Amino acid sequence: MVDLTEQLYALPGGDKFKLCIQCGTCAASCPSVSVMQYSPRQVIALVRAGMVREVLRSNAVWVCASCYMCTVRCPCDIQPTELMHALQLLGFQNGLLPDGVAVAAFYQTFAASVRARGRVHELGVMFRFLLTRPRKALQLLPVGISLFRRGRLKLRPPRAAGVRELGIMLKALRQEEPLRVAAPAQAVEGGVGA
Amino acid sequence: MRAYTYFPGCCCDEGTGVAYGISARAVAGPLEIELRELADWNCCGSTPMWALDSLEGPCAALRNLALAEPTGLDLVTQCSSCYITLKKAHDLFTGDGALGGRLGRALGAAGLEYRGRVRVRHLAEVLLDDVGAEAISRRLQKKLSGLRVACYYGCQTVRPRGIDHPEFPTRLEALVTALGAEAVDFPYKTRCCGASLMFSEQGFALSLVRKILESATANGAQCLVTVCPFCQINLDAFQHQINSRFGTSFQVPVLFLTQLIGLALGLEPRALALEKNVVSPLPLLSARVA
Repeated sequence: MVDLTEQLYALPGGDKFKLCIQCGTCAASCPSVSVMQYSPRQVIALVRAGMVREVLRSNAVWVCASCYMCTVRCPCDIQPTELMHALQLLGFQNGLLPDGVAVAAFYQTFAASVRARGRVHELGVMFRFLLTRPRKALQLLPVGISLFRRGRLKLRPPRAAGVRELGIMLKALRQEEPLRVAAPAQAVEGGVGA
Repeated sequence: MRAYTYFPGCCCDEGTGVAYGISARAVAGPLEIELRELADWNCCGSTPMWALDSLEGPCAALRNLALAEPTGLDLVTQCSSCYITLKKAHDLFTGDGALGGRLGRALGAAGLEYRGRVRVRHLAEVLLDDVGAEAISRRLQKKLSGLRVACYYGCQTVRPRGIDHPEFPTRLEALVTALGAEAVDFPYKTRCCGASLMFSEQGFALSLVRKILESATANGAQCLVTVCPFCQINLDAFQHQINSRFGTSFQVPVLFLTQLIGLALGLEPRALALEKNVVSPLPLLSARVA
């Protein structure tokens, strides 16, 4: 298997962390840090120590809210948010996803909706995501009903006719040489749901 | 009348943020801007698609830029996620030679072309910079005097870079003041609402929203105003959950900026889809809009 750190370097936003001085500004700025198994600063330390696998097995990159506070405050311009996104991508590509973190499954449900129709059908995404998560469904049901009654969740899915063009573009890109350092083919297919 | 190519985005077109789309279209006429909807736009891919695949997210966003370019107009969106994502796609395309070339060939395979000339803008930016607070205040039909409004910016309209300072923005306050209302400052105005974590990590996201509502109301706000559809839904639709979880008693209206502007312009509450807000702003505003 190609080294995960090497794969990370090749991704957009995946190489800047080498400049980190471990000051902890990112951790102190992060709204999610209280529920993260590793803070953004610790994520960077682990990645540099070659422990990408440990990071990907934790919830750390999945509870990033993409608020970009760390990115605007980082004195070394590391853009930790982009690193989090790159690590999410790496997790999908290699099938390294933590147990019990629903964000990854939510992302996949969301993407499936766009692939099918070119636009997101929020009610459909909610329904499919919650189908296998009865506790969450129960928590969200009252909110769903109040939104539905106000016409904020539509039954009829939207559609962009150009969804066909997206498929053509993606196919053309996949036929070219892989952009990143090669990962096992099987994991790539599983990860992107191609 | 200045024209723009308009990218409503899935959420504001007919989703949970539909009131934002309706109110934006409603105020455009009186403010003498024209929002021409981009024909057959598709989802920008947003954070999920960009995180799942290094190519699919950019593809989705770039198709929109390619469709928008021939119009020769700025591409305006009111959604903070569409805004940041479309800008990211433009930067990726124009900034990285190898990747830009590949994406260009993929567009070509679908019979499209992008030359890197689209300027992506947030609707709030258009209202602030192109229309301007002064021009808006000249068109006021109803003074919102005495209404204490907290402007909540959230994250992605100001970070990593956006319509104002990333941590201490003040421009929406100036606009709200121009509407005759009183802008309330509060320290949580650029703190995160949790975005889609409300879906996957709800308990934690509720605690984030609680702090924002607490901070705004403790500083005297009667309502909040936001320019992001996800901030609006998290702050508006989950107050009941927050109250039962934390023993609080929030009942604070959260309006889209375009709804508040519309009211000041004398538009009917229905034209601004105010009935779609979960916490109804009408009791608070009825004296002012009557």
